[in-house]
Amino acid sequence: MDELIQHLYPLLKSVTGYIYPNEIELHWGLLVSLYPYLTGLVAGAFILASLVKVFNVKELQPTYRLSMLTALAFLIVAPLPLLLHLGHPEKSYEIFLTPNTNSAMAMFGFVYAWYLMAVLLLELWFDYRKDMVIIAKSSRGLKKWFYKILSLFSKDISDKSVAFDHKAVRIITIIGIPSAFLLHGYVGFIFGSIKANPWWSSVLMPIVFLFSAIVSGIAMVLLLYMVITPIRKQQLDMICLDKLASYLFYIMIVDFSLEVLDFIHRVYESEESIKILASMVQTKLFGSLVIIQVIMGMILPLATIAGVKIFKVPADLRKLLYFMSAILVQIGIFSTRWNVVVGGQLFSKSFMGLTTYKMTFFGLEGLLISITLLIMPFFILWILMKILPPGGSETQEAAIQVPSP
Amino acid sequence: MRNLINAKRRDVLKSLMGLVAGLFVPKSIMAEKDQQKRFDWADDSIHYDPHDHKWGMGIDIDNCIGCGRCSAACKIENDVPREPFFFRTWVERYHILENGETIIDSPNGAIDGFNKKPDEEDVLRSFFVPKLCNHCDNPPCVQVCPVGATYESADGVVLVDSEYCIGCSYCIQACPYGARFLHPVTRTAEKCTFCYHRIVRGNDPACVEACPTQARIFGELEQKASPLHRFKRMNRIGVLKPALNTEPKVFYAHLDMEVK
Repeated sequence: MDELIQHLYPLLKSVTGYIYPNEIELHWGLLVSLYPYLTGLVAGAFILASLVKVFNVKELQPTYRLSMLTALAFLIVAPLPLLLHLGHPEKSYEIFLTPNTNSAMAMFGFVYAWYLMAVLLLELWFDYRKDMVIIAKSSRGLKKWFYKILSLFSKDISDKSVAFDHKAVRIITIIGIPSAFLLHGYVGFIFGSIKANPWWSSVLMPIVFLFSAIVSGIAMVLLLYMVITPIRKQQLDMICLDKLASYLFYIMIVDFSLEVLDFIHRVYESEESIKILASMVQTKLFGSLVIIQVIMGMILPLATIAGVKIFKVPADLRKLLYFMSAILVQIGIFSTRWNVVVGGQLFSKSFMGLTTYKMTFFGLEGLLISITLLIMPFFILWILMKILPPGGSETQEAAIQVPSP
Repeated sequence: MRNLINAKRRDVLKSLMGLVAGLFVPKSIMAEKDQQKRFDWADDSIHYDPHDHKWGMGIDIDNCIGCGRCSAACKIENDVPREPFFFRTWVERYHILENGETIIDSPNGAIDGFNKKPDEEDVLRSFFVPKLCNHCDNPPCVQVCPVGATYESADGVVLVDSEYCIGCSYCIQACPYGARFLHPVTRTAEKCTFCYHRIVRGNDPACVEACPTQARIFGELEQKASPLHRFKRMNRIGVLKPALNTEPKVFYAHLDMEVK
C-alpha cells in the first residue's frame, strides 16, 4: 500500500489555496493526454487524404496513400494509452458488452471500430486491391499466399473492376469524412460535456479538437513526406509541399480563431471559475500554454508560413521552414492536449486552489511508456509501407529485384 | 400466383417477427431473474426492499463543531485507506474575513479535528461544513460511467459495483463535489454509500451515529414522519452547487453562500 501512495505526499506541499482532499491524486495524466493527440493525428491524416479523393486536390496526390497508412498506423496505437491507464484493463471489454448508452465514453469502442473497419481498412483495401493482386501473381511461396489472403482472393484487375475500386474508394471517403469528424469531435465531447469542470465544459471543445486534429494531421503527413521521400530515393514534389503548407496555414488560422474565441468568451463572461482559471494560466500552465502552445506552436509557425507566402523564398529554404514549422506544430498540438487534459485537473472544483502534476519516468503512467507509445506508430507505419508500398506494385517489384545477385 | 407470393411473404414476415420477438425472450426472463436476485440478500436476517425507501441526509451547519468524528468513523467503518488522499466524508472549516476573503481548510479531512487556530484576527464569520457524496438524483457520475458500474439504486443511493468498474476515473472527473476517489489497491472508484451495509439492516450510517451534536440527520425523504422530513420542514435548506442541476439529496441547513 505504502509504495502505491508514496508519490502523493510531496504533492500535499505544492497545493496552493484549498482543494478537496480527494483531488490530490490527479487521475488523467500523460497517457490520457496521448490519446486525443493520437486520434487527432488519425482524423487529420484521413481528412488530408480525403482532399485528394473527394475534393480532387490533385497536387496532394503524392501524399494520399501516405496519409491513409499514417492514419491506420496511429489508429492502431490510439486505444493503447487508454487501455494502459485503466485501473482494470482486463475488464475493458465490458465497454462493448454492457455499455451505458448515456455515457460519452461508452461509445468509444463503437466509434473506433466503425472508423477502423468501415472506413480505414475498407478504403485501403479497395485502394490497394489491384496492387495486391499484381504482387500476389508475381511472387511465390509464402508471400504469394500472404497477398492472396490480404486481397481476399480477388483476382480481377480488369479496367471495369479497377474502376469499381475507385468508385468504392470515393464513396468510402465521403462516408469517412463525417466519420473522422465524429471520431475526433467525439473525443472533444468526452471533455466538453463535463459540466463539473469549467475548463473542459464548452460547446466549442469538439470543434476546437477537430480543427487542431486536422492541423496536427497535415503537419504530421508533411513531416513524414519530407523524411520518407528522400529515404525512398525520390524527389520531393515542391508543388505538393507548398499545397500541404497552404492547407496547414488555413486550417491553423481557423483553429487559432476558435481558440481565441473560446478565450475571449471565457474572459468576457467572467463566470465563477474565472479567477482560478486565470491564476492557473498565469502560473502552472504558463509554460505549456502561453509559451509552447500559443507562441511556439501557433504564432511562430503561422508567421513563418505567412512569411514564406509573402516573400519569394527559395525552395531549399522553404523546405527547411516548412519542416521546422511542422515540428513546432506537433509540439504545440501535443501541448494543447496536455493543457486540456492535465490543465483541467490542476484546479480544484472548489475553485479555491491549485494542485500540481508530477510526471514519473518509469511506471505505467511514466514518460518511458508514453515515448514508447509515441514511437510505435512510426514503426507500424514502416511495416505497413513494406507491405503496402505507397508507390504501388511497381516499387514492390523493384524492391524485390534489387537485392538478387 | 400473386396470392401464393403474398402468402409466402406473409409467412416470411411472420417468422421474422417471431424471431425478433424470440430475441427478447431470454432478456425478459433474465430481467425477472435479476429482479428476484436483487432482494436475495446473502444475510438471511436482512429483509430490505430498496423500492420501499428514498434516503437522504440533512446537515445542520450550525450544529457542527468540527470534531471530525464522522470522518474518522467513516474510515473505520468502510475500511477507507487512512492516508490523507482518500475520503468518503470530510469536514471543511471556513473563515470569512473582514476583507471578503474566504479561507478554507480541512487538514486530513478533519479526522484529528482542527487544532491550529487561524492566524487572521479579523474573522467576520466562521463555521464547519461536513461534506460527502450528495447522492444526486441527476448524478453526473452515473451518466458518464461507460460500463454502468455506478448507478442510482431504487432507494436513491448512488452506488459503485466494483466488480464492473474498469477504473477509468471518468466518474471522478464528472463529480462536481470531489466526493469520489480511486482506491489505490482495488483500482476501482469509491465513494460514500450512506453505509449501505448498515442502512439495509435498519441502522444509521456510521458518520450519523458518531456525530456528538446530531449535525447529521439521516432518513427517509418521502415519509412525513421521518426526522429528515421534519428537518427539511423546520429549516431553510440549501444544496451544494444548485446551478449544476445535480439535484443533491444531501440538504444543508444554514448554508453560507461562500460554501464551495
